[in-house]
Amino acid sequence: MAFRSSTRWRFRQPSVIPGFGLALGVTLTWLTLIVLIPLSGLIWRSSGLGWSNFMALVLDERTVNALTISFGTAFIAAVVNLFFGVVLAWVLVRYRFPGKRVIDAMVDLPFALPTAVAGIALTALYAPNGWIGSLLEPLGIKVAFTPAGIVVALVFVGLPFVVRTVQPIMEEIDKEVEEAAATLGANRYQTISRVLLPGLLPAGLTGFALAFARGVGEYGSVIFIAGNLPYVSEIAPLLIIIRLEEFNYPAATAIATVMLFLSFIMLLIINTIQSWSRRRYSNGA
Amino acid sequence: MALDSSSVPTAAPSKLVKAATSETRIARLTLIVVALGFVVLFLLLPLATVFIEAFRNGPVEFATTLRDPETFSAIRLTLIVAAIAVPLNLVFGVAAAWAIAKFEFKGKAFLTTLIDLPFSVSPVISGLVFVLLFGANSALGPFLQKYGIHILFAVPGLVLATVFVTFPFVARELIPLMQEQGTSDEEAALSLGATGWQTFWHVTLPNIKWGLLYGVLLCNARAMGEFGAVSVVSGHIRGQTNTMPLQVEILYNEYNFVAAFAVATVLALLALVTLVLKTALELRYSDEIAASRRH
Amino acid sequence: MEVRVQNIRKEFGRFPALDDVSLDIRSGELIALLGPSGSGKTTLLRLIAGLESPTDGTIFFGAEDASRKSVQQRNIGFVFQHYALFRHMTVLDNVSFGLKVRPSSRRPPAAEIRRRALDLLELVQLSGLEKRYPAQLSGGQRQRVALARAMAVEPNVLLLDEPFGALDAQVRKELRRWLREIHDRTGHTTVFVTHDQEEALELADRVVVMSKGAIEQVGTPDEIYDQPVSPFVYGFIGQSNCLNVTLSRGEIWLEDRPIGLRAANEPDGAATLYFRPHDIELIDGCGGCLAGLVTASRRVAGTRHLELDLGKAHPSVEIELPPERASSTDHTRVAFRPTKWKLFRKDGDVAAAPQLVEAPASELARTGT
Repeated sequence: MAFRSSTRWRFRQPSVIPGFGLALGVTLTWLTLIVLIPLSGLIWRSSGLGWSNFMALVLDERTVNALTISFGTAFIAAVVNLFFGVVLAWVLVRYRFPGKRVIDAMVDLPFALPTAVAGIALTALYAPNGWIGSLLEPLGIKVAFTPAGIVVALVFVGLPFVVRTVQPIMEEIDKEVEEAAATLGANRYQTISRVLLPGLLPAGLTGFALAFARGVGEYGSVIFIAGNLPYVSEIAPLLIIIRLEEFNYPAATAIATVMLFLSFIMLLIINTIQSWSRRRYSNGA
Repeated sequence: MALDSSSVPTAAPSKLVKAATSETRIARLTLIVVALGFVVLFLLLPLATVFIEAFRNGPVEFATTLRDPETFSAIRLTLIVAAIAVPLNLVFGVAAAWAIAKFEFKGKAFLTTLIDLPFSVSPVISGLVFVLLFGANSALGPFLQKYGIHILFAVPGLVLATVFVTFPFVARELIPLMQEQGTSDEEAALSLGATGWQTFWHVTLPNIKWGLLYGVLLCNARAMGEFGAVSVVSGHIRGQTNTMPLQVEILYNEYNFVAAFAVATVLALLALVTLVLKTALELRYSDEIAASRRH
Repeated sequence: MEVRVQNIRKEFGRFPALDDVSLDIRSGELIALLGPSGSGKTTLLRLIAGLESPTDGTIFFGAEDASRKSVQQRNIGFVFQHYALFRHMTVLDNVSFGLKVRPSSRRPPAAEIRRRALDLLELVQLSGLEKRYPAQLSGGQRQRVALARAMAVEPNVLLLDEPFGALDAQVRKELRRWLREIHDRTGHTTVFVTHDQEEALELADRVVVMSKGAIEQVGTPDEIYDQPVSPFVYGFIGQSNCLNVTLSRGEIWLEDRPIGLRAANEPDGAATLYFRPHDIELIDGCGGCLAGLVTASRRVAGTRHLELDLGKAHPSVEIELPPERASSTDHTRVAFRPTKWKLFRKDGDVAAAPQLVEAPASELARTGT
């Protein structure tokens, strides 16, 4: 914009619409009170621990295990969701079959169903005497009360993310692009694997990262099915609560800080993926 | 099953040449079976389980457990918390969307990121931050104790944790919607002599009402169902600071499965109602709900 | 390669998009499918490509029946109106795609693919942009990538669906000339669809005018413009006037007056007279002529357009004159007579006597009085 250099720096562009001060004031006040002060309280408390003390708390074997379990199971669940999410989105966008609308609406169930309800329902299903658990038991597969149970719960809570990020992009795919690939001699498999799926990569990765981030922090649906065995199936959020109940505030704070830090990195990665794909691909129609 | 690729408009399918842009029937069928299998296994079966387990010992016991006074008080508390938290975030969401969507100012992108922040924080941490802020060993703790102000293990703590967790819902729904609508309607109203408030009530609000309702719906579902954050701040005092999800946990941990699932059915019904309303809004008012959800 | 379309029928649901269409496309020619939207021109192009399959009829590529082949097997090059470039691939990858997806037995070595793609990019004047992504190109550049991509597979026939439709006027003109050059150099049999008559007449060796799922006329641009065979072509190509007239004893009458045009050997009855605004001559004093009041006068580049009112029962008529002749005729009565014209009978759109009725008007003028 040409005028930017000639005029003085201004905080906002002039506008005839009223209410900027009030709206921004309410927003900043509420944001500060509800989000910023509490979160900085956490950072402040954790900085009060001192570096060596902090590291000792974080590198505690049980803590490291809990973090590994949280991140590991969340990663596996996100991979599962990436695969099935893309298939589900594809089926919902491309095919017609009875009950499609209901299935489409059901995809958001994990957003709407309280996590505690999901937790007890999944536990009932996958427990050795549950519908699915009793089928798996003769095969020697135990799901409930093992890390596999954590993965099952995280697949549930992360399910909508990949579907809902990939679905709109898939709907926007220009039919001409597929036809172009076909006229150039590509068979259907080549068209899908070389043209369609690479185009969905940024959306798929975003969905994956969102599901992963959600899985790392998830608590309600996991604690019922996990069995919560220290060093084996104890997740980091649960360990925070355990430390709190022991009034071990420093340990709880340290674990929370590490998790918060890792979530910020996830957020950064998500934003990077999105701006990278926007820079490269947008206006490509 | 009537299988058909919706992307092929041909009414009379070719007998000679296979269509250029569709999969074979077998591939289509396989994909549909895989996708439906996944949905049944991870969505439908858990949902069905809630109701089946609740009625395991018949409807009488189901009804009895729901009439339990502790359950009753949990339902009441959940409603109270949601009734406070949702309107607060509604006002905030409208204000934030107004500032962000209708004006250009420095740091807007950063502000938007900050608003989204609670989504990427573990619910347990969302509760923890308030314990650290108001707990007995915090800087504020002695002060609160002196004046007998109860925040933790009381309704204010539950509300704060719930507000934190549901913070972005309404704003996030409204910002893209209002950005897409632009400012010309408001400018037209102002040019006709309307005041700022008149413009908001008569022009802006009618334009965003369905998007707003959509955001409130999602916000409310999360507020009533939140578990991790309220679990940290509630103190689990039966009949006093237990919301419905916490009541489910307590009953379950006492091996009172039927009662746990009975309370869970109430929450599951809430989720189903939310889904139905959400779908209805999406179908009916798709263009008046944020562009990002359009499908 | 020669392409023959034989008795093609295509229905979408119950709606016939093409009805018994036959067309011979000569090897190496540049042919335009021209028509309004809904005329079936794009459907015909997509049928040749194999993107749609005909309800009935056959398409031959040379001597081979292509209608039994899938789009992948036909080896055609298709350029889409909105480019349809693969946005996650570089320009070079887009152009090489058709060669890279070939089965290994027919696939050239990687170095050869790269060389051919680069050659094509040079041909379409995009050398140096091979590492760009489609989003980083202008509309005209994207369409040139799309053409290079289509040509990379050495297609039997090059098919272009409104290739310049999404571009602005300036770029469109440029690309038009450039496409003609490319065609002259490479000699691909090329079919392109357009609704822009100027584009079709300027660019094509032959033009196929289509309407309502049928071919109205096939011919060189000269034939199409000078000898339209149907009222539709007369109306669709260029400007034309049309008047309801009656034939009586070999003379053409407008209402109760003869207009000085003879159509010998024609049975009596109602007909429609077509003539172009510039195919007229002015007449002083009028016994047998068309005459009307000037209602509007516009200067358009080198000519003056006059709008004439011939009476309530008729649509107004437009004529074009050299400006110096028209300046004196504002708000006055003008008498004129078509020099080139054509009659079509009322019943059906069939030309009743296209060649016969055409005659130098100056002769008729004398006899008409």
